[in-house]
Amino acid sequence: MLDFLNTFISGISLGSIYAIIALGYTMVYGIAKMLNFAHGDVIMVGGYLVYTGMISWGFNPLLAILFAMVGCTILGILTERIAYKPLRGATSNLAVLITAIGMSYFLQNISLQIFTANPKSFTSVVKWEGISLADGQLKIQGVTIITILTGAVILLALQLFINKTKAGQAMLAVSEDKGAATLMGIDVNKTISLTFAIGSGLAAIAGALLCSAYPVLTPYTGAMPGIKAFVAAVLGGIGSIPGAMIGGLLLGVAESLSKRFISTQLADAIVFTILIIVLLVRPTGLMGRKLQEKV
Amino acid sequence: MNMPLLEVKNLSISFGGLRAVDDFNLSIEKGQLYGLIGPNGAGKTTVFNLLTGVYKPTDGAILLNGRNITGHKTIEINRDGIARTFQNIRLFKDLSVLDNVKLGLHHRYPYRTITAVLRLPKYFKQETAMDERAMELLKVFDLDGEAATLASNLPYGKQRKLEIARALATDPVLLLLDEPAAGMNPNETQELMDTIRFVRDKFDMTILLIEHDMKLVGGICEELTVLNFGQVLKQGATKEVLSDPEVIKAYIGE
Repeated sequence: MLDFLNTFISGISLGSIYAIIALGYTMVYGIAKMLNFAHGDVIMVGGYLVYTGMISWGFNPLLAILFAMVGCTILGILTERIAYKPLRGATSNLAVLITAIGMSYFLQNISLQIFTANPKSFTSVVKWEGISLADGQLKIQGVTIITILTGAVILLALQLFINKTKAGQAMLAVSEDKGAATLMGIDVNKTISLTFAIGSGLAAIAGALLCSAYPVLTPYTGAMPGIKAFVAAVLGGIGSIPGAMIGGLLLGVAESLSKRFISTQLADAIVFTILIIVLLVRPTGLMGRKLQEKV
Repeated sequence: MNMPLLEVKNLSISFGGLRAVDDFNLSIEKGQLYGLIGPNGAGKTTVFNLLTGVYKPTDGAILLNGRNITGHKTIEINRDGIARTFQNIRLFKDLSVLDNVKLGLHHRYPYRTITAVLRLPKYFKQETAMDERAMELLKVFDLDGEAATLASNLPYGKQRKLEIARALATDPVLLLLDEPAAGMNPNETQELMDTIRFVRDKFDMTILLIEHDMKLVGGICEELTVLNFGQVLKQGATKEVLSDPEVIKAYIGE
């Protein structure tokens, strides 16, 4: 039982990281209607920025994370402006998709160039040991607790932001109808930039947490979590913010439990099987809205 | 005579080889209720898209209050003072009625995002002011009781009204209505005619509308332009235009 509980909690923690990454996918998809496959690599860049700040420049962890968030936000806005914006309104969505994949490889290779392929061993941003319950049989690491709390705070903050501010409402409007939004005086370009900024800023936090939990950093660190977070976003219903959160948590728990109780090698296969089954039953994902095509 | 509010000179646009709008001229005085009619495919909505900057004209000029706004971006034209509604209603369906109107108000209440995140007093002040202004507008259209309803749950006639309210929220000097009576029954159309007249009087608005419903056009428009195959077929006072044999021919055939 304790074993199960332990695994479950670490699953929630892993899931929170997926969820934070998935938020970036889902917001960008919802608002700019594009899949930003470079999002996973922004996490990796975030990880390196935290590493550089903390290890090379001796920042304290919070300052290092802040530095990474600023860096990733700028990176996110720049990629959107330089690589994606010129393609907006292109006849085929495929052009943007391919560009995003290209951007992903670009970020990986530029990191390879700057940081080399040698894995960096990351020091956790959370110094706290954590708590131990049930006479030390159930140990919950500090980073686990912080990760779960961070995920919850981000979700709440994002919901507030979207529902209570002009910029958030503008995001909803743009996600529904770009043309009508522009004609009502909403600056679509600014709104999309803001979306990328928020998604990339969150990616930096995810990067710090991910590397704290799994402390090896290479230029390919972001790739697999990126894909899994994308799966989480689709599972939850892409475009939906609570969906990304639920999808992420579900995926994290499923992955942890399968790794512990079924097979480490099969864990990923199981995760993707879950995705396929959910999509067979609910093609729009758990929280996705029903597709309505205008005739 | 005063300077016209809207003056369109020799406006043309080509899509490939097709001249969708050709040498279009139009002059609307402040406070006028002006109709743009013509058979399907005549280029009426294209004219609206040109006026709102969705399309860039190949030739010609658009002057609003004597200021040349040709080639301005859509969002700039909204700031210049042209607002519109759509043939197929394009409300933000998943947002509440109130939020739809508030979106139109956004750029008049310029608080920065950081103000909202830090919850500074300015944020609350402006949000409250926006709520109040939006409710005022909704009251005018008798929609204040449904402020919290999702726009998609409103009955059709009220959705049309909400679209007009949202357009007015952007504080325009010229309101473009694209087939406001489409899909309405005679009762609803009658009510809409009253609403349009009311908007003109209450907001001191100039209105240019596209419509197929001749009862509506004949009932409220003071002047008309008839488009046919992208060209102006006839222009003038409503009665004269509607009894013109050429216009009747274009509509009904020989």
